[in-house]
Amino acid sequence: MEKFDKLTAVAAPLPMVNVDTDMIIPARFLKTIKRTGLSEGLFYALRHDKDGNPKDFVLDRPAYRSAQILIVGDNFGCGSSREHAPWALLDAGIRCVIGPSFADIFHNNCFKNGILPIVLPQEEIDKLMEDAERGANATLTVDLENQTIEGPDGGRITFDIDPWKKHCLLNGLDDVGQTLNKAAEIDSFENTQKARQPWLYA
Amino acid sequence: MSQPRTLFDKIWDSHVVDQQDDGTCLLYIDRHLVHEVTSPQAFEGLRMAGRKVRRPEATLAVPDHNVPTADRARGIEDEESRIQVNTLEQNCEEFGVPIFRMNDVRQGIVHIIGPEQGLTQPGMTIVCGDSHTSTHGAFGALAFGIGTSEVEHVLATQTLYQTHAKNMRITVDGPLPTGVTAKDLILAIIGKIGTAGGTGHVIEYAGQAIRDLSMEGRMTICNMSIEGGARAGLIAPDDTTIEYIKGRPYAPKGAAWEQAEAFWRSLPSDEGARYDKEVVLSADEIEPLVTWGTSPEDVLPISGAIPHPEDAPNENKATAIKRSLEYMGLTPGTRLQDVAVDKVFIGSCTNGRIEDLREVARVAEGRRVADSVYAMIVPGSGLVKEQAEAEGLDRIFREAGFDWREPGCSMCLAMNADKLNPGERCASTSNRNFEGRQGPGGRTHLMSPAMAAAAAISGHLSDVRELAC
Repeated sequence: MEKFDKLTAVAAPLPMVNVDTDMIIPARFLKTIKRTGLSEGLFYALRHDKDGNPKDFVLDRPAYRSAQILIVGDNFGCGSSREHAPWALLDAGIRCVIGPSFADIFHNNCFKNGILPIVLPQEEIDKLMEDAERGANATLTVDLENQTIEGPDGGRITFDIDPWKKHCLLNGLDDVGQTLNKAAEIDSFENTQKARQPWLYA
Repeated sequence: MSQPRTLFDKIWDSHVVDQQDDGTCLLYIDRHLVHEVTSPQAFEGLRMAGRKVRRPEATLAVPDHNVPTADRARGIEDEESRIQVNTLEQNCEEFGVPIFRMNDVRQGIVHIIGPEQGLTQPGMTIVCGDSHTSTHGAFGALAFGIGTSEVEHVLATQTLYQTHAKNMRITVDGPLPTGVTAKDLILAIIGKIGTAGGTGHVIEYAGQAIRDLSMEGRMTICNMSIEGGARAGLIAPDDTTIEYIKGRPYAPKGAAWEQAEAFWRSLPSDEGARYDKEVVLSADEIEPLVTWGTSPEDVLPISGAIPHPEDAPNENKATAIKRSLEYMGLTPGTRLQDVAVDKVFIGSCTNGRIEDLREVARVAEGRRVADSVYAMIVPGSGLVKEQAEAEGLDRIFREAGFDWREPGCSMCLAMNADKLNPGERCASTSNRNFEGRQGPGGRTHLMSPAMAAAAAISGHLSDVRELAC
C-alpha cells in the first residue's frame, strides 16, 4: 500500500448525500479478478447518459481532471462492502475524500488502500464545497502527520483520526504481515477457545 | 460484581486476541464465508506473499452473485462471470477451502446457506466480503461485512483489527398486526432511523414483535441492518434459535450440543446493560410498506402518495427527493397504488427463504400474474428450491404465471443475466433501491414477498391485505 503523508492537490466538489457504492461503481464492473483498471466504472451513471456519452461530470471538466481530493456529502459510500469502490477512486487518482460522514465499511476500505477519508462538521464541509466549486484555484494541502487541511487562502482546519489507522497510513503498512507476527497470541487464543468451546473446532 | 454487559459486548470480549493502547483490538473470527466477487484479489494477495489459509475448515466458499438462474446445463455464458466463478473454484482447490460448487444442491446465496447448514451459531464472530453478512446476527452471532483486504487478512490470520462499535437497541413493542411482515418491520425501522442512523453502532433488536418472529423473519430484519448504516444487527438467542439449529449438518452433536446450548443461553444481554442509543417503535403502528425513491429510507405505507420535495426537512433532502423522483419517473402526489410495475423479483438474501416462498404461494394460489408483468421467483438456495418443490409451491407459481428459477443473487444486484432494462419498474423483495442497482436505469420498489406477489397479480403496487386470502 502506498503511504499517505502530505498531499497538495485540486479538490473536486460532489455535493450529493447518500452516494452509495453502486453509484461509485456499478455491480457490472465488479466482474474482475484484478484491483486495477477500475476507474472505467467510477461514477459511471453520473458520468454517462444512457447511450454512454459523457455528461459533463465534475471529474471530467478541465478544472478538475487532475483532482486528487473529493469533497462529498453525508453518508458517502453507503451500501455494499465492495472494495472496488476505493480501488476505482484510487485508479482515478483520488487519494483523499472529505465529508461530514462515511459509511463504516467504505471508511475502513479506504484506509486499506492508501486513501485518507476525513470527517469534518457540516459547516466546514459547506465551506470546502464552496471553495472546491471555484475550480482549479481550489487546491488544498492535506497533512496527515499534523492532521491539518490548508486552503489556498492560508486558512487551516484540523481533523481527528484514529491513531492506529493514521500510523498504518503514514507508513503504508501491510496489516497481514504485522498480524502474522502475532501468531503466538493467535495460537494461544485458539487453544483456550478450543478447551472452552470445543464444538467450534469439531 | 462485574458490569452488566450487552450481547454484543459478551461476544466482543470473548474474541479479543490482543488489544492495543488506543483500544484497537485484534479480534478472532470463528467463521469466514467467501464468494466469487470479493475474494479473487484476496487469494491473489496470499499467493504473491506465499501465505496460506490459516483455518480452511473454518471457511466456506460458494459462488452466488454471478451464477445463472436459468438452465445451468450450458454453464455460464458471460465470459467475465465464468472467469470469476472458475477462479473461486481454482482458489479453493489451491488453498484447501471447502466450496459448494454451482451444481451442488447446497449451493445458494452465501447468507442463506450459512444458517441452512447450521454453520451460523450464537456467540460466533462471522465475516464475509459482503455487507449483508449482518443477516447471521439473527442467531446472536456478531456478523459483519468486510472489504477484500480484510478478506485476505482473515484468510491468512483468522483475525481482524477492529474498534469496538457503540451499542444501539431498537425495541419493537407489541405484536405485529395481521398482514404485516418482518420486511415491513425492518423497512419501518430504516424509515425511522435513516440510512445512516446505525453508523458506528451494532444494533440489537428487541421487544415482543422481534421475539415473535421465526428465525427466517429475524434474518430478514438483521439482513437489512446495513441499510440502516449498522455493520451488524443482533437478536438474542432463545428457544426459537436453538430449535432452528438443532440437527443441521454443521450443528454440534451429542454432548457438544448440550455444552453449546448452555453457552448460547448465557449470551443474552444482562439486565441493566447500557446502550449508547435507544429507539422504540410500536408494532401496531406499522403497515405494509414500500419504497418510492432511491434510498432504503424512502419508505411509505402502501396507502400513501409520492412525496413533494418542498415538504422535505432541509435543502439537501429536497434536492435528493427531486433527483430520486426524476430517476424513478414519479410525480409528487401520485397514489402509490396507482404506480404500475413491469417486473417483479422475488428472492435475495433478504427474502429468498422457504417461508418467503410460502407467503408468495398463499397470495398466488388460484390467481394469475397480470399480463403486463414479468414475475420471477429465485429461491435462495438449492435446498430451498427442493423444499418448495416438495411442498408443491413451484406448481402454484407456474400455474399463476411466475417464472421459477435456479438459486442465486440474481436481480438483487444484476451481476448475472437477470436485470431490469432502462426505465423498467420493479416490485422487488431485495434490499437496495439504489440507482441502477437492478440494471442501468432500472427503477426498484422494495417490499415484502407478499406485497411483491400482490403487485405481480394486480400489475401495480397494491395492499396485499385487500386481496382476500
